Amino acid sequence: MSKARDLLLSGAVLLLGRRRRQPRPDTHVLPPVPEQPRAETASIALLFLAALSAAAFPVVYFVHAIPAKTQYLGLSIGLAFLFFAAALVVAAQTVIPTEELAHEYPPDAHEDDEEYLADLVEESGKGFTRRRLFKLGLFSAGGALGAAALIPAVSFGPLGVKEFYGTPWRKGRRLVDEDGKPFRAADIDEKALYTAFPEGADKEEQGAPVVVIRLPRSSLELSGRVEGYDANGIVAYSKICTHAGCAISLYRAPLFAPDEPRPALVCPCHYSTFDPSDGGTVTFGPAGRRLPMLPLSIDGNGELRARGNFDDPVGPSWWGVRERRPSP
Amino acid sequence: VIRRAVRYVDSRTGTAPFLRKALRYLFPDHWSFLLGEVALYAFIVLVATGVYLTFFFVDSHQDVVYHGPYAPLQGQHMSEAYRSVVDISTTVKAGLLIRQTHHWAANIFLAAVILHLFRVFFTGAFRKPRDLTWLIGVTMLMLALLEAYAGYSMVDDLMSGMGLVIGYAVGLSLPFVGANVMGWLFHGPFPGGAVLIPRLYIVHVLIFPILIGTLLTVHLVLVALRHHTQFRGRRQTERTVIGVPLYPGQTPRSLGLLFAVTGVLFLLGGLVQINPIWLWGPFHTYVSTNGAQPDWYLGWLIGGLRLMPGFDVTIDHYTLIPGPFWGGALFPMIVFGFLYFWPYLERKLTGDVATHNLLDRPRDNPMRTGVGVGMATWVFLVFVAGSSDRVQVLFNLSYTGQIWFYRVAVLVVPVVAGFVAAWVCRQLVHGEQVEFERRRAEAEGRLELASRLDDEGSPWQTVYMNRPGR
Repeated sequence: MSKARDLLLSGAVLLLGRRRRQPRPDTHVLPPVPEQPRAETASIALLFLAALSAAAFPVVYFVHAIPAKTQYLGLSIGLAFLFFAAALVVAAQTVIPTEELAHEYPPDAHEDDEEYLADLVEESGKGFTRRRLFKLGLFSAGGALGAAALIPAVSFGPLGVKEFYGTPWRKGRRLVDEDGKPFRAADIDEKALYTAFPEGADKEEQGAPVVVIRLPRSSLELSGRVEGYDANGIVAYSKICTHAGCAISLYRAPLFAPDEPRPALVCPCHYSTFDPSDGGTVTFGPAGRRLPMLPLSIDGNGELRARGNFDDPVGPSWWGVRERRPSP
Repeated sequence: VIRRAVRYVDSRTGTAPFLRKALRYLFPDHWSFLLGEVALYAFIVLVATGVYLTFFFVDSHQDVVYHGPYAPLQGQHMSEAYRSVVDISTTVKAGLLIRQTHHWAANIFLAAVILHLFRVFFTGAFRKPRDLTWLIGVTMLMLALLEAYAGYSMVDDLMSGMGLVIGYAVGLSLPFVGANVMGWLFHGPFPGGAVLIPRLYIVHVLIFPILIGTLLTVHLVLVALRHHTQFRGRRQTERTVIGVPLYPGQTPRSLGLLFAVTGVLFLLGGLVQINPIWLWGPFHTYVSTNGAQPDWYLGWLIGGLRLMPGFDVTIDHYTLIPGPFWGGALFPMIVFGFLYFWPYLERKLTGDVATHNLLDRPRDNPMRTGVGVGMATWVFLVFVAGSSDRVQVLFNLSYTGQIWFYRVAVLVVPVVAGFVAAWVCRQLVHGEQVEFERRRAEAEGRLELASRLDDEGSPWQTVYMNRPGR
């Protein structure tokens, strides 16, 4: 009996002792923190709130009847993160020890090691007698290999600018609207802006879209290259702004004669303003050259046709842009 | 359990000594030091939400006709890329939340990066030995702008197409090689080949993120190797850094900030609409809309493009440099050139080549603060000028009148602002000196002198007296 009790006791001592083995010496790594039960409670409560908010996320996601999914999903996961953040900050400010310690900044330089490294590199090349030639060889090999490795990148796209001058306009090509329906001269009213495309062409090319407007013939001042480009007062210009390539979609018809006597085509990107009555010259804004103009004619059916190509390259400018003209 | 885990890690990696040092790495405490952290956390959110979006985005230029649930677009021609983003925003459950959070995170990321840059600039934290860290940071800012631009360009909605063509025009304006380079990158003149959207996509989701991630790592490693900077204090010196260790003090705070940033971004993504691309419609070369504005961090470039008078460098009829170059290319080149070279320029100007671990307060270096305020004012005014069209709509002020006002203001106001800022700095320091003398006189019992100095005292001295750490 007593033996059994001894055994039990010693067993208990062993078990309990195991847990308390190596009582930690009284040297703490961190400074003590006074107990702050209320802060701890707050932190725990915030964590559970975070869990609750996060648990709402799948509910909103799966329950079909809940409307405005984006808002509720954002709300639940956003709040979950914010509660989590708050719990951590509360804990950090109260129950987690915050020490203010001092460390030395690392030294500016390690002179011995620097010396050693320099020597190491220098001495590694001591065996060469024609050092400069070897260096030249290294640079040649490295440079040529590097250049060769870059060559495949040339295939990314054409390096020439020939394509920049191409437009789908040709003599006799009809002007059609977005759905391919031809424009008749009689369709073009004054004080309105129409967008036209060459019949059958890719509408997304910058050379394709033109703006078409009708102006009183008496107000037209077309001279030089664009003399006679209008068809009975109907004029067509490239729709692509020569400044930064946006579509010119604003038209100021001369409705208010005293204030704004002249019509204006305006690009909404940077407000380059062109005068359609005198060949599209720039009257305000950052554009550097006039709008390319398309010569028009009216055929026997009263439909609008191009009489050739633009008088100037279409779209934003580049070095030497006016070296060539779109082929007629 | 903890001991066993530590033993496991140490015996497999041998890193216990390193970890011991790393966990006790010190973080000096100042609110402005958190700006960089906010940027880092926004970047994490960007990567996480971005990865989700890649599972739905289709990087295709292919023309398709829309037949989805969103009625206004029914039957319209559009690229597959645009359709896939409309689908993310309408039919993918939680798709819109993630997409909007991604967009908000980009906005906040850049805002945090720029505020962090201001902090580092005006406190002189870029000085030796941290000039390399600064250069990497400036490079990351540039990459982040391009990354964001590629991201919203590849969606192929009306706004993104308008932004893309403007970028194309700016590229075209580069001297001599512009057209060749842009034709090469876009695979032909705008709108480019079918490969353009896939190119923007891979740049946005792989190349730039890897570049930014790598530079970010180097940036942080460099910060840690040289330790954080700190403001001067009783114990803070050039040789001793005072701060809270990474563990346990800083860890819950930093995690808290990470979660707070994430939480705010998700709340914004869920509750505040951003870039509703289904309203813009698909992009076509021949379509544009009035009142279009880029995301705020590109506003300074649209301002530059709008402000610059039409000025092409030409010889007779031969165009050399087209106008978009000035506002769209030269302007950002000057700004980034300034950021890159300022640390070295300042060393040249002041002859101060010493190592600095203590930060300047902005007032401590009136020249730097003046130059910085001048530059910031310049960029900010150009940025504001970019909104002139909206101001006209809202307040009915003439657009042309505003543009002419800004054309003069951007040349005058920054210079004035710079000199005023430098003057204010000198006054602040002077006030502190007077206050210091007064206190010493008071302490030494020379009360007459003290009261005289009291009357002379600069109005700024209260600022000095209330300075933290006094």
